[in-house]
Amino acid sequence: MIRYFLRRLLYAFPILIGVNLITFFLFFVVNTPDNMARIHLGVKHVTPEAIEQWKAEHGYDKPLFFNPQQTGVQTVTDTLFVDRSVKLFAFQFGKADDGRDIARDIKTRMWPSLAIALPVFVIGLLANITAALLMVFYRGTRLEYAGVAGLIALMSISGLFYIIAGQYFIAKLWQWLPISGFDGGIDAIKFILLPAIVSVAAGIGSGARWYRTIFIEEIGKDYVRTARAKGLSELRVLFRHVLKNGMIPILTGAVVVLPLLFTGSLVTESFFGIPGLGSYTIDAIRSQDFAIVQAMVFLGSVLYIVGLLLTDLSYTLVDPRVRLT
Amino acid sequence: MRAWMAILLLAWFQAGCGKVWNDPYPGETPGLKTLYTVFEERPKHLDPARSYSSNEVEFTGQIYEPPLQYHFLKRPYTLKPLTTTGMPLVRYWDKAGRELSGNASPGQVARTTYDITIQPGIRYQPHPAFALLPEGKPRYLGLAMQDLKPINTLSDFKHTSTRELTAEDYVYEIKRLASPRLNSPIFGLMSEYIEGLDALNARLVEASKSQPKGSWLDLRPYEFSGAQVTGKYSFRITLKTHYPQFIYWLAMPFFAPIPWEAERFYTQPGMEELNLNLDWFPVGTGPFMLSENDPNRRMVLSKNPNFHGETYPADGETGDREKGLLQDAGKALPLIDRAVFTLEKEDIPQWSKFLQGYYDASGISSDNFDQAVQFSPEGEADLTPEMKAKGIRLVTAITTSSRYMGFNMKDPLVGHAGGEAARKLRQAISIAVDYEEFISIFLNGRGIAAQGALPPGIFGYKEDFNPIVYSAAGKRRSLEEARQLLADAGYPNGRNARTGEPLVLYFDTAATGPDAKSRLDWLIKQFRKLDIQLVIRATDYNRFQDKMLKGNAQIFEWGWNADYPDPENFLFLLYGPNAKAGKNGENAANYSNPEFDRLFALMKGMPNGTERQQVIDHMTALLRVDAPWLFGFHPKGFSLQHAWVTNVKPNLMANNTLKYRRIDPGLREQSRAEWNHPVLWPFVLMAVGLSLLIWPAWRQYRRHEESRG
Repeated sequence: MIRYFLRRLLYAFPILIGVNLITFFLFFVVNTPDNMARIHLGVKHVTPEAIEQWKAEHGYDKPLFFNPQQTGVQTVTDTLFVDRSVKLFAFQFGKADDGRDIARDIKTRMWPSLAIALPVFVIGLLANITAALLMVFYRGTRLEYAGVAGLIALMSISGLFYIIAGQYFIAKLWQWLPISGFDGGIDAIKFILLPAIVSVAAGIGSGARWYRTIFIEEIGKDYVRTARAKGLSELRVLFRHVLKNGMIPILTGAVVVLPLLFTGSLVTESFFGIPGLGSYTIDAIRSQDFAIVQAMVFLGSVLYIVGLLLTDLSYTLVDPRVRLT
Repeated sequence: MRAWMAILLLAWFQAGCGKVWNDPYPGETPGLKTLYTVFEERPKHLDPARSYSSNEVEFTGQIYEPPLQYHFLKRPYTLKPLTTTGMPLVRYWDKAGRELSGNASPGQVARTTYDITIQPGIRYQPHPAFALLPEGKPRYLGLAMQDLKPINTLSDFKHTSTRELTAEDYVYEIKRLASPRLNSPIFGLMSEYIEGLDALNARLVEASKSQPKGSWLDLRPYEFSGAQVTGKYSFRITLKTHYPQFIYWLAMPFFAPIPWEAERFYTQPGMEELNLNLDWFPVGTGPFMLSENDPNRRMVLSKNPNFHGETYPADGETGDREKGLLQDAGKALPLIDRAVFTLEKEDIPQWSKFLQGYYDASGISSDNFDQAVQFSPEGEADLTPEMKAKGIRLVTAITTSSRYMGFNMKDPLVGHAGGEAARKLRQAISIAVDYEEFISIFLNGRGIAAQGALPPGIFGYKEDFNPIVYSAAGKRRSLEEARQLLADAGYPNGRNARTGEPLVLYFDTAATGPDAKSRLDWLIKQFRKLDIQLVIRATDYNRFQDKMLKGNAQIFEWGWNADYPDPENFLFLLYGPNAKAGKNGENAANYSNPEFDRLFALMKGMPNGTERQQVIDHMTALLRVDAPWLFGFHPKGFSLQHAWVTNVKPNLMANNTLKYRRIDPGLREQSRAEWNHPVLWPFVLMAVGLSLLIWPAWRQYRRHEESRG
C-alpha cells in the first residue's frame, strides 16, 4: 500500500504542474502585469514609472515563460512562471499584492469555511440518506412519487434562490437569525445556522435522488431477499442491511470532498459575509490578485488529490476485497 | 418526558417573545456610544503614503492627522489648521532667490515655500513601537524571530507607550512618498511639484537595491530640499513651481506624520509574515485608533486616549443652527467612543440590517429606492411613510464629481482631424443624448444634467445652461436642430452625403452584464434618434484601459471625483499636455485647444475671484462649442440616517468627519428591541406541515407491516 501511495504522490506532481501552468496561462491571457499594477495603484495620477516600480517590487517585471535576456537554462528558470510556481510546492505562497501573507490568511480563513462546510456536510449527508431511504421504503406508492417530484423541484431551483429566500424569510421577515455576518467562539453558531440550513436545503434535491438510486439498486439484490425471507421487518432490512451496503459508494463519494471542505463555498460565503476561503478566492479574482488565485487553485488541486487518495483508502476499509497495489 | 418537552417549548416561546434573536453583535456592550456602519470592500492599504481609495481613506482619515483639515460646516469648503498653529506661510521666490509679493504672476515664480508650524504637545496613540525599557532603550525595536513566537497580532505586545509629534515626522512621511518600496500613488504627481522629490527617489532606488528586501530603509539621513525640518515643531516644503492648489494636498492623509519608530518596528524580521505592518496597523495622532483589525470581517476604531483635543465648531453656514448642527458647539471631540465597521458586500443584508437598526446609516441602492424614497409632484425627494415611521432622515448632496461621455479627439471621424464637420457632429450628438432621461430612468432622479465640466460646490460652477445643447434652462434643443447640425456635418439623415453609407460610430466600454445592457440599449436608442448606428465595443476593463492609453477608442464614458475643491482639478482633464494617449495623463478625450490651454495655465495660478470666474467662463464657453465631452451628469448622493445619529452634514472633501458624529445609544436600543420581534407562527405552521407529512407515511407503514402479517 505504501508503494501505491508513493506512486500516486509521484503522479500528483505533473498534475499540479499542469494545473499551475493552465492557471498561469489563463490568468495572463486576460491580465497583464501592467493592468495589475494599474488596478493596485488606483485610477488617478498613475505614471508609467510608478507601474514599472510596482512590477519590480512585486516581481512582475520578468517575462512570463521565456527570458531571452538570459542564457542556458536560465532562459526558462529566470521567468515569472518558475518564480511563482516552484515555491508553491514547498507551500510557500508568498505575499498577496496588497502585501498580506497568504499562508497566514489561509490559516485564519479556513476555520470559518470549515465552520460552515462541516455541519452542512454532516447534516446534508444524514438528511439525504434519510430522505432516500424513506423513498425506497415507500417505493411504488404515491408518497414516493410525491417525494421524487419534490426532489426534482428542489434540484431545479437555482442555488441563489435558496440564499435569497432564506435571507428573506428566516432573517428579514421572521427575524430568527442575523441575515449575514460571522463571529468567533460559541457566537459563531448564530451565524452558521442560516447558511447551513440554506446549503442543506439546496443540496437535498440532487443528493437524495442520487442516494435513492443507490439504495434501489441494492434492494433488488439477493441478500435483501434472504433478509426478508428470514422475516426481518422492512425497516430493519433497510437500515441494517441495505444502508450498510449502500454506504460503500456513498462514503467513497463523500470522502473525496472531505479535504475540500477547507476551501469553503464561493457563493455562500460571499452572500452571508463569511470570512472564509471561498470569499477570499472571489475577492482575489475580482481584484486580479494573481498570487492568491494561484495559491488557492494550487491548494484546491492538492486537496482534491488528497481526497482521491483517501477515497482509495476508504475502499479498502469498507470493502475487504479491494487491495491497493 | 412530554411534560418536560412542553415546558422547554413554552420557555423557548417566552424567550422569543421578549428577546431579540437576530442581533449581529452578540458580544457588544449595549449603551456604549458606538457607531455601527459598513465597509463594502476590504481596504488594501492603510499606510497614508499609499492609501487613496475612498474605502481606505474612510479609516486613515480618522487615524492620521495631516497639517490641515476642511471646516466641517462652512461652505464653500474652507481649510483650517488641524495640527498646525495656523495656516502655512506661503512665500514665492524668483529665479534669483528674491522673495516675490503674494500676487506675483505665475510666470515669475521659480519656487514656492510653505512654512508650517505644528502645535507642541500632540502625542501619538499608544503603540509598542514607542515602548521603552527601564533604562530608556526601545523595548521592541531589536526583536529576533523567536521573540515573535507568542505574537499573533499587535495587541499581543504587552507594553505600549507614546511620544510627542515633531516636525521631523511630517518630513519623514514626505520622503516616504518617494520610497520605491511604497509605490505611493501620488509620487508621480508630487515629483512634478516638490523640489528634489525625483532625485530623492533615484537615491532611494539605489539604496533599496543595496539592502535586503524587506529590511528597514531609514529615510532620516536622506536630506532633500523639498521638505526640511526647520525646528522641533516647524518644517518647510519647497515647490519648484507655482502650484497654489498644493495647499489642499496638505489636508490629505498623504501628508500625515509617520514616526520612524513605527517603520522600524514593522520592518523587523517576522513581522510581515504576521501581517504586522503599517498597511494594516496604522500609528497616528488622530481622534481614533484602529483597535481591532480583521479586514475580512470587521474593523473597529476606538477613541485614542492620547488625542490632543479639539472642539466641535461654533460656526457654520446659514441654516446650520436651525438644523441643529451647532448644538454641540464647543464640546470636546470625538463625540462617540467607537465605530464598528462590518464587511458587508451584498446589498440585501446591508439594507435589511439598516432597517432592523443594526446599521446606523445606509446608502440607497436602485433595488430599494422605491421602498425608501418618493417624489412629490414638484419633483422633491422625500422619504416614504414607512421610513418616516422609523424616524429615518434623508440626507442628500450633489457630489463634487462629473460623469461624461467623451469623444477621442485623435479619432479621424469625430476628433480634431475632422475639423468643423466633426465639431457639428459632436454638437448634434450632444443634443440627441438626453441625460435628463438617463437620470430619470437609471438613477431614480439622483443627479443633475451637467452644463459644463465643473460640478456644483467647486469655484467657477454657474447655474446656467449650455446654449449649444439647450435653448433655455431645462429645455433641450429639438432633434430637428440636431439633424440640421448632422446634415451640416455631411451626414443628412445619418448617411454620408458623398458615399451614401450610413454613419456608424463606436462606443467603447468596460461595462458588461444585464444592468449595463439596458444602459447601452438606451444609448443606442439615443443615437438612433439621428439615424446614427452606434456599435458597442464591450470589453474587459484591462483592454478598455489599453485602448484608452493607445488612443484607439472613439466614444467612451468616464468620470472624475474631486481631489480638492478647485476648478483646476476638473479643467485639467481637458488640458492638452495632459492627454492620455501618448502622455498617460488624465485628459482621456485627448482634447487639445491652444486657447483653452493658455487660459488653463492662467486660471491655475489665480486666486478665486471675479477675474478667475471670467477666465473659467471663457474656458467653459470654448468647451461647449468644441464639445469634446457630452457633459453627462453630476450624481446626487442620497443617504439615510437613523434618528439616533446626529451632526450629519455631507462634506465631500473632508475625510475625518467621524469625530463630529453624535449617537443616542438609548434610543437605538429601544428601537432595535421594538423592530426585531421574532415571528413564531411559522414554527407552528412547520409543525403542522410536518405532521401532515408524517401521518400518511405512518399509515402507509402500518398498512405495509400489517400486510406482511
